[in-house]
Amino acid sequence: MSDTISINGTQHSLPDDPRRSLLDFVRQDLGLTGTKKGCDHGQCGACTVIVNGIRINSCLTLAVMHDGDEVTTIEGLGTPEAPSELQKAFVAHDGFQCGYCTPGQICSATAMLQEIANNWPSDASESLEGEMNVTGEEIRERMSGNLCRCGAYANIVAAIRDVAEESA
Amino acid sequence: MTVHFKQDKPEQSNRLDGMKQGVLGKGVSRLEGLAKVTGTAPYAAEYPVEGCAEGVLVTSTITRGEVVGLDKDAVLAMPGVLAVIDDSRLTTRPAQGTANEAPKQGPKTISYWGQPIALVVAETFEQARDAAKHLTVKYREEEGAPVDPQAVETEEKDGTVRQGDLAHAMAEAAHSVDVTFTTRGHASAAMEPHAAIAEWDGDKLTVHASLQMLNYNISELADALGVEEDDVRLISRFVGGGFGSKLGISEEVVAAAIAAKDLARPVRVVMSRQQVFQCIMRRSETTQRLRLAADEDGKLTGFGHHAVVSNLPGEVFAEPVLQSSHFLYSGENRELMLEVARIHRMTAGSVRAPGEAVGMPALEGAMDVLAEKVGIDPVELRLKNIPEQDPEEGLPFSSNKLAECLKQGAEAFGWDSGPRKPRQHQDGEWWVGTGMASAARAHSISEARAKVTLKSDGTALVETDMTDIGTGTYTILAQIAGEMLGLEPNKVLVELGDTRHPRGSGSGGSWGAASTGSAVYVACKAIREDLAARVGVEETALELSQGKTSAGKSLIDLLGGEDIAREGHYEPGDIKDDYTAAGFGAFFAQVRVNRYTGETRVDRMLGAFGFGRVLNHKTARSQCLGGITWSIGVALTEALEFDPRDGHLVNCDLAEYHVPVNRDVPELDVLMVEERDAAASPIQAKGIGELGMCGGAAAIANAIYNASGARIFDYPMTPDHVLKAMPD
Amino acid sequence: MRPFSYTKARVIEDARQITADESAMAIAGGTNLLDLMKLQVETPHKLADINRIGFDEIKKTADGGLSIGALATNTATAVHPRVRSDYPVLARAILSGATQQLRNKATNGGNLCQRTRCFYFTNIDQPCNKREPGSGCGAIDGIAKLHAVLGASDQCIATYPGDMAVALSALDAQVHIATAGGSERTVPVRDFHCLPGDTPWRDNVLEDGEIITAITLPAPVGGTQIYRKVRERSSYAFALVSIAAIVEMKDGLFSRADLAFGGLAHKPWHDLRIAEALIGQPPTAQTFDKAADILLEIARGYGENDFKIPLARRTLHAVLEHAAEEAA
Ligand SMILES: Cc1cc2nc3c(=O)[nH]c(=O)nc-3n(C[C@H](O)[C@H](O)[C@H](O)COP(=O)(O)OP(=O)(O)OC[C@H]3O[C@@H](n4cnc5c(N)ncnc54)[C@H](O)[C@@H]3O)c2cc1C
Ligand code: SF4
Ligand code: FES
Ligand code: FES
Repeated sequence: MSDTISINGTQHSLPDDPRRSLLDFVRQDLGLTGTKKGCDHGQCGACTVIVNGIRINSCLTLAVMHDGDEVTTIEGLGTPEAPSELQKAFVAHDGFQCGYCTPGQICSATAMLQEIANNWPSDASESLEGEMNVTGEEIRERMSGNLCRCGAYANIVAAIRDVAEESA
Repeated sequence: MTVHFKQDKPEQSNRLDGMKQGVLGKGVSRLEGLAKVTGTAPYAAEYPVEGCAEGVLVTSTITRGEVVGLDKDAVLAMPGVLAVIDDSRLTTRPAQGTANEAPKQGPKTISYWGQPIALVVAETFEQARDAAKHLTVKYREEEGAPVDPQAVETEEKDGTVRQGDLAHAMAEAAHSVDVTFTTRGHASAAMEPHAAIAEWDGDKLTVHASLQMLNYNISELADALGVEEDDVRLISRFVGGGFGSKLGISEEVVAAAIAAKDLARPVRVVMSRQQVFQCIMRRSETTQRLRLAADEDGKLTGFGHHAVVSNLPGEVFAEPVLQSSHFLYSGENRELMLEVARIHRMTAGSVRAPGEAVGMPALEGAMDVLAEKVGIDPVELRLKNIPEQDPEEGLPFSSNKLAECLKQGAEAFGWDSGPRKPRQHQDGEWWVGTGMASAARAHSISEARAKVTLKSDGTALVETDMTDIGTGTYTILAQIAGEMLGLEPNKVLVELGDTRHPRGSGSGGSWGAASTGSAVYVACKAIREDLAARVGVEETALELSQGKTSAGKSLIDLLGGEDIAREGHYEPGDIKDDYTAAGFGAFFAQVRVNRYTGETRVDRMLGAFGFGRVLNHKTARSQCLGGITWSIGVALTEALEFDPRDGHLVNCDLAEYHVPVNRDVPELDVLMVEERDAAASPIQAKGIGELGMCGGAAAIANAIYNASGARIFDYPMTPDHVLKAMPD
Repeated sequence: MRPFSYTKARVIEDARQITADESAMAIAGGTNLLDLMKLQVETPHKLADINRIGFDEIKKTADGGLSIGALATNTATAVHPRVRSDYPVLARAILSGATQQLRNKATNGGNLCQRTRCFYFTNIDQPCNKREPGSGCGAIDGIAKLHAVLGASDQCIATYPGDMAVALSALDAQVHIATAGGSERTVPVRDFHCLPGDTPWRDNVLEDGEIITAITLPAPVGGTQIYRKVRERSSYAFALVSIAAIVEMKDGLFSRADLAFGGLAHKPWHDLRIAEALIGQPPTAQTFDKAADILLEIARGYGENDFKIPLARRTLHAVLEHAAEEAA
């Protein structure tokens, strides 16, 4: 075990104040402000990051609980010079307006596609077993933890479908 | 050099359509898109500021009264705490949109539960948040503050219309409808919480904040602080949604500025989500009585709309419920009245599409009842009642695409026309049905300035303090300038959200694009005149595209190493009084209603809208999608709950105030009925940001009735409401 | 959030020792505890992080059932092949709760212990007998849409908000608890949560220093398994009413009907008499009504939540009708 945490591949030491949420740690201490705070209570998904391959709300976890973990934030998925496929698709489909929920949506969608590839079922799945498909209804259910008040959902779904179909 | 243009006549010359770049209206992707999707676009709280202290607001736990003591010492002794601020200049409510002066100040006087009363500042956020919870406050409570809008006398607002004799028309009518709808309070719930970082350099204040209308906010902030506007700089380059909640300066902006001055170091204040809910704006609940009188064929002879809304004592704002009711339908006998109940709940103010967002769902619900009584297709009923001109003012419409939207929308949706009967389709446990409603939103336009510089290198720069709150301002201003100057939009750098730039219109009332866009247009026209003189042709004959004249001469050569800069100053002129201007449209929805549980799901929805020139097909469509999504919230899920005893907002978070989630929103269709509204603005555009939610909820409500036979008069139509109205 | 000291427990003894102190708490996924700590509803002086003490396995039990570690995540549980194939009601219940991000972090033990979503409980400036004994109940005569219609008291009308436990109740699962003294005890899920009575502050039977280690499920029960959650959004909302049902039919009559109800009380509601009333009966409206009559015999609304009573009845109809069709 180590007392460091890896963020987008770089090791950082953990904060002194155990009250620091993983979200405030990346935003305030590391200046990685791409991860957003919309509610601080696990209710909006704007703070979604990927920890050891799994998406979670970074506001409802303490940074000190993540020693040895590998965290990927939106900054780790792509840059303006080299955006990821999902990032490009969000731009092309106008999958956002104000952009505040967007990094969370994209982190969430990135991990979500992996969950479907792993054949994890969702509340929208007809059957709990077998192969899971990237249907509109599946995407909508699986992305429901990411609120978008601008109401870009229809375009978010289109962007994700586009990428899923490309890679299928 | 400033070029002033005041629009007094319709803009018939259609100049923009004659330009050669061909980029205006195209679905250009947002120019700031990559910054947003990669998390590199900085929002208010995200600017790195050396030595920034963290402030957390303390809010009241009584409804009305006085703060008589704060135990500051105990809190100051806590780790990291730097200050407890209860300066009398602290604001206790957000400013209303376009207030242009400080909102109510003086944190000692309390007029609603949850009102800010102090700011605690500490080294870290965790310290400040904990200390704020520990501040002991002594109150002198004034008991018995009214919090129930039903239980107080109401005040009549100006603007009541009484025309002809409605009571008589109702009595004589072949068909009449007299129904009362209620709507609950709504929250803007923009995803970015209100936030500010304030920093002083001597007497000069810079604040990064999340605000929609810097042109007004700067005066509001200066007034609150008692400083000169010239000493204040406000920056809001990216705004994580506003929807009315960031029209005026909010409490954290003033608090951060005062604290930063006191401590002589930068201070950041970010509201918690609960605070955003409790001390920014609510849309008032409404009670609306609709009276419709019609002849045998469904032609309206009488039209009555009476609404009661609420606000705090002293607030001028009253949800303008009747705004579009004044002109949408004919009916010679009219009575429209708005009343306000004064209660001690948090401030009521603008939430996306103030007025029509709740007025139209009630009106259009009543129209559905009327269509059933008359026994005609609800689309037909609307078509029959589109007035030739404003039925009250007698003014012509600047343009009115309601009929086209109704017809084209019905066609595209596959609307089953003819008289309708509920409960015709069942799919397992679900009743399935369709409904429709008209859309209308009064058009507003405002003064705006923008500076455009055509640079010697053949690129352009647009500068204004206008904001982009997700509406697409960055992109459409680049498209307008690009179209006028013959440049691809990516050759146009747009700088927004900084009061160092000329005053734009601000983003509010859906007027941003048309107003600030017109200022850019005016500036570009002046630049074109300069260029035309250099070429030796009339400005109207100058053809520019891809950085060249039609004769192939490049802009760079024409400029010869010089920049041309013009500030466009657009002002709406007398034309405002010559026309009734509005966006119009129609919604169609298919829903399913569970016959056991009353749960409702929207299967599909279409909106057809006419809002003048479409400046960017992609971002305009997104605005419409957003509006329709909000319609779903109004129809099915959103309701603020207030405690009946102390009036506090109870469901003050995103888990319990139900904004629609992704799964609530099916595939949506948007049909844009293109038009040029020559009287609406020089660029012939109107607002679109709000039209998409002005009536959509009624299409869903009417579909619930058509599906299940449950006629519901209380929004939102949650399972409890549906079950109550569901016939067995 | 108040300051606290943070300790990473390595083994369960650490956790037991730390949490034996009244002002200490265990933290697992943190999705409920941190939420409440930020609001200062929970103010522990010490936190024992129990995420690395093990107890996160999902494995077969000697009697062919399944043991689900208290520290396994909700997601790991819902996607486990055996849960999906043998206990679909449990997988469905978990998948209907919260969001994928939350389920990825939330643990099974934490889920059982999650506290009520009562608005007055989460607002420390309002009265609440659960949070502050003796301060009064804000919800009675206040906003009580989410609140209980069964088993409430004049002290507290809160509901237990979780979904997973409703399915566990229908399955008659057992909760394994390591006690402060180092021994183990087992409590049926059906007895794990407490009704408010005169002790509204008590959510469940756990004592200081006790740690849930696992939940065991009986050997596969088969039947038609349904979890039906009625909510105000199509996803990501707490249940107004929910029903977990395990139903079997034989010759057109119910031969098994294990039902548990969420959203109605401060525990998953289970009443043996409902199964008794159903077994041997045909799936008719009269039968369903009889079951609903038993369920709602002592139901009482508090104004805003009155609708839950007819809603529970109607949802029960829907579930039984559907289950009977599937099981036939
Ligand atoms: C916005 C939101 C929506 C939600 N919606 C739903 C929903 O629809 N349905 C639903 O069921 N749930 C819902 N939840 C609740 C969620 O499921 C719980 O927060 C989660 O299951 C708690 O698990 P945890 O591991 O994070 O618990 P923690 O937060 O770590 O702990 C919660 C409590 O359990 C105690 N505890 C944890 N583990 C143990 C153990 N092994 N032994 C003894 N005590 C223990 C802790 O001390 C603490 O008191 C929602 C939560 C949020 C934030
Ligand atoms: S219902 Fe229970 S939890 Fe809610 S306020 Fe009353 S005592 Fe507190
Ligand atoms: S900030 Fe974490 S879910 Fe909203
Ligand atoms: S883009 Fe604004 S909240 Fe989603």
